[in-house]
This record gives sequence, structure tokens and C-alpha cells, in this order.
Amino acid sequence: MTEKNNECCCTTGGSNIMILACSGGSNVGQLTNQAAVELTKEGWGRMFCLAGVGAHLSGFVQSVKDTPQVVVLDGCEIGCAKKIFEHLELPLKNYIVVTKDMQIEKSHDFDIKEDQLEKLKSMIKEKVR
Amino acid sequence: MEIKVLGPGCPRCEATERNVIEALSELGISANVEKVKDINQIASYGVFGTPALVIDGQVKCVGRIPTKEEIKKWLQEKNK
Repeated sequence: MTEKNNECCCTTGGSNIMILACSGGSNVGQLTNQAAVELTKEGWGRMFCLAGVGAHLSGFVQSVKDTPQVVVLDGCEIGCAKKIFEHLELPLKNYIVVTKDMQIEKSHDFDIKEDQLEKLKSMIKEKVR
Repeated sequence: MEIKVLGPGCPRCEATERNVIEALSELGISANVEKVKDINQIASYGVFGTPALVIDGQVKCVGRIPTKEEIKKWLQEKNK
């Protein structure tokens, strides 16, 4: 076996932490999306497709089941991401609701403030510690 | 039965395939076992990591090597 064959090729993309954001149509929903995108780009965790999980596609659902660290982000207390997890009876361990946990009011102006984004990113990292 | 082992090819992927073949052999079940190495094809299954195992279109395991016993259980469920 060559040295190359001994290397692990497994496509974990440098991080085994999965980030699922509701990515909803509001300031807080988009805040979850932007935080997930930026953390992924920074190499901390990897954003994964919540829509695929919500659609009950086996690859997505099984990926959640087999990933040790999963962070779930909801923008508001309607809790769409949480409900997807409940529907599939998946454990919800690292969970953040932006309106509740960060005291940010939901609006539909889509204005994401830099300080809010940084705070959410720190909060996510803290959850998984 | 159609079985696919997803992974570009490393010892973990090979171990998964080996466990599949041994599980099939021990149960006396015949199946087509295919290795899927193409990244785009792997991505089409929506898996977060590899190795991953697909039995008759259903993803059973992602990012870890399934044990032979696990595989046997999945095969027996399918073979009922």
C-alpha cells in the first residue's frame, strides 16, 4: 500500500461540526445564515442543508444522526429548525434561538449588524465547547 | 439488492467495503456492491462525510465505518 493510500480521504472538509441554520426570511433568520456561512469559511464547523433534513432525505437525516457535534440555529421562537428535529425525533443538543438568546427583535428589514453577527458566532462556538 | 459504498478511497472506505462483503458472505445474501468514488456523485446523496453506506437507495451510515453486525441487521431487514 502506498503512503497516499494510507491517508484518510474522508470528506469531512476539515471539521466534524455540523451547523444547521433556519436561514429564515427575516433579520434574525438571515443572521443565522450569515453566521453559519462565515464560520464555515473560517474553518470552524461546516454549514449543512437544513432543507434536506426537513425533506427527510435519508442522506441528510443520517448525516445528522452520525455527526457527533450538531449546532442548530433558529432565528425566532417559531422554531422551524427545532420542529424539524422534533418531527424526526433527532436530539437537539446545541440549540440557539436568536430572538430569545440574544434579545434581538425580529424584523423584516434584513439589516444584519456586524456586532450581532460576531456575538452569534461567539455564542455558537461557546455552545460546542 | 443494490449496495453502494461512498468514498473517494482510503483505508476507512476500504474497511467499510470489506465489512459489507463479509456480512453478505456470512448471511449468504447476494447483492451488487458498487464503490462510488466520484465526488459529485457522492454529493448527490447529501452526505456530510464519508465513508457512507447506501442500501437500495437508503443512506444507512455517514462518516464512520459501520460494524459487520450493523450491516447484517440492515441486510436482514431488507431481505425480509
